[in-house]
Amino acid sequence: MSASITAAGPSRNAKVANQLSRSRHRTNSIVKALCVLATVIGLAFLGSILFTLIELGGGGLSAKVFTNITRTGPDGGLANAIVGTLLQTALGTAIGTPIGLMVGTYLSEYSAGSTLGNAVRFVSDMLLSAPSILIGLFVYQVMVGGRGYTGIAGAVALAIIVIPIVVRTTEDMLRLIPTALREAAVALGAPKWKSIVLVCYPAALDGIATGVLLAIARVAGETAPLLFTSFGNSYMSLDMSAPMASLPLAIYQFAGQPDADLVQLAWVGALLITFGVLALNIVARVVLRPKS
Amino acid sequence: MSQTLVPPRKAARSFKSLSGDAIFSFLAAASGVLVLLLLGGIIVELFIGALPAFQAFGLDFIWNVDWDPNQAIFGAAVPIYGTILTSVIAILIAVPVAFGIAFYLTELAPNWFRRPVGTAVELLAAVPSIIYGMWGLLVIAPFMAQYVQPGIIDAVDGIPLLETLFQGPARGKGVFTAALILAVMIIPFIAATMRDVFMTVPPVFKESAYGVGCTTWEVMRSIVIPYTRVSVVGGIMLALGRALGETMAVTFVIGNANRISPNLFGSGATIASLVALNFGEAQQGSLLLSSLLAIGFILFVISFIVLAISRALLKPKAVK
Repeated sequence: MSASITAAGPSRNAKVANQLSRSRHRTNSIVKALCVLATVIGLAFLGSILFTLIELGGGGLSAKVFTNITRTGPDGGLANAIVGTLLQTALGTAIGTPIGLMVGTYLSEYSAGSTLGNAVRFVSDMLLSAPSILIGLFVYQVMVGGRGYTGIAGAVALAIIVIPIVVRTTEDMLRLIPTALREAAVALGAPKWKSIVLVCYPAALDGIATGVLLAIARVAGETAPLLFTSFGNSYMSLDMSAPMASLPLAIYQFAGQPDADLVQLAWVGALLITFGVLALNIVARVVLRPKS
Repeated sequence: MSQTLVPPRKAARSFKSLSGDAIFSFLAAASGVLVLLLLGGIIVELFIGALPAFQAFGLDFIWNVDWDPNQAIFGAAVPIYGTILTSVIAILIAVPVAFGIAFYLTELAPNWFRRPVGTAVELLAAVPSIIYGMWGLLVIAPFMAQYVQPGIIDAVDGIPLLETLFQGPARGKGVFTAALILAVMIIPFIAATMRDVFMTVPPVFKESAYGVGCTTWEVMRSIVIPYTRVSVVGGIMLALGRALGETMAVTFVIGNANRISPNLFGSGATIASLVALNFGEAQQGSLLLSSLLAIGFILFVISFIVLAISRALLKPKAVK
């Protein structure tokens, strides 16, 4: 191909040049068509997933899903799983966000080229992509083994997933803030921590909030880390120191059951969690996007 | 303001703000150290838990193909093989599609169309993995069994190597379907990285190429790809790291059979799927639990290496 590009210069033979040009443009059209096809395939996957969820889950959507607890038979609902997911996600986010915020602040404002800073950034990036099932195993080893499954352990596992997401967005957003803004705060006599908390955080708020929303969306659908930590619970329980139900775990337990009612519940749960997660993502991207 | 009053007040204020600064910077640094301890804790806890298995089986643990809870003989060879095989096939399927999407989004799509398509691709990445598992089990696996696998099996019949790779029966579930689901999951990651690094190519380079009469594809091939090659490979490694540890989607569709087989349409197991499925039966302090933690530790080491390479490759461009 590169040979044909060089040969495409002023040609002695107009016919050869024409042929060459035609074949180059044909290749170009073929590649373009393939790229459009790839995009269509990608979008078709998303469409197929959403369509399947609506088709199989939409039919089972009713008030009893939100009022009844998980049980066999036509009266089963997902109330305990919904409550469990909300509680564990909320606690996990409440634990993970402040830590992630402080780590991001450290990386952006204090570490400047230090070895510790580079190590923390590296480790945070590793945690960001580490298999979530291993985080579940870790929390099992530390908090569950020999003591029993608890909702708190589930929330801690989710918090460990929240931290690196918040770290990344916080650091990125704080770095975007112009130095002049910090200098202005310092010139007014504000100590460094006040300039960070009262000037930098508000300026970076949109970005940080986006990160937190994306983190919530990510952990709300996590299954693997909860398998060994909060375990699931067929009854309504608000006690975080006991095993706790959650939507992903209920889906995992019911999807492979022979009982058609339970499979139906699994699809309803899948519909709820997916549209919840996608809605959070859309809010994070569209509403909170910095107006550039 | 009188001179005599200033020093004590100034001293008091600077003491106060100094302590505020000290507390805040201490908290920030301590949180950083906490993250270090977290990763260190994961490594150490997994290793401590895995120790009984490593002591019982030695290095053979890695090569042993048995996984027999009844006789308490455990080996990691099958799940390691399954993990690497599914991830590599997933990459082979995902990279061309992701490249096509990234190319479309950066060069071909009309401007007003880029944002919605880009967002849709990002939403594909946000779908929880358990949903991919259910979708794979109920939509993709039957589709494969009915339309795709029989055709491929017939087509390769009699061709030496391919015949062994694609054998019947066409059950839908299996290594290939698991790899396909993984591919769908990582396409958005690779596409997003490629799109972002393609955007870093200085426009003047591309304009020069267009100026001498290059077609869009020639600009992509000769300017954009060479310029972004390292980052693209880094993005692919990042996706590989994700695919290696993916649990739920794979557990639903891989068929969960503990064997090494060249037949891609047969059942298999990955480290994550084996841990998820066997954990319920593992008693506290049992060799089974220890062996599960041991393969978890191996998964950690593999993903750590892949992710570290990916980070090293992605870094130079990120700094630029």
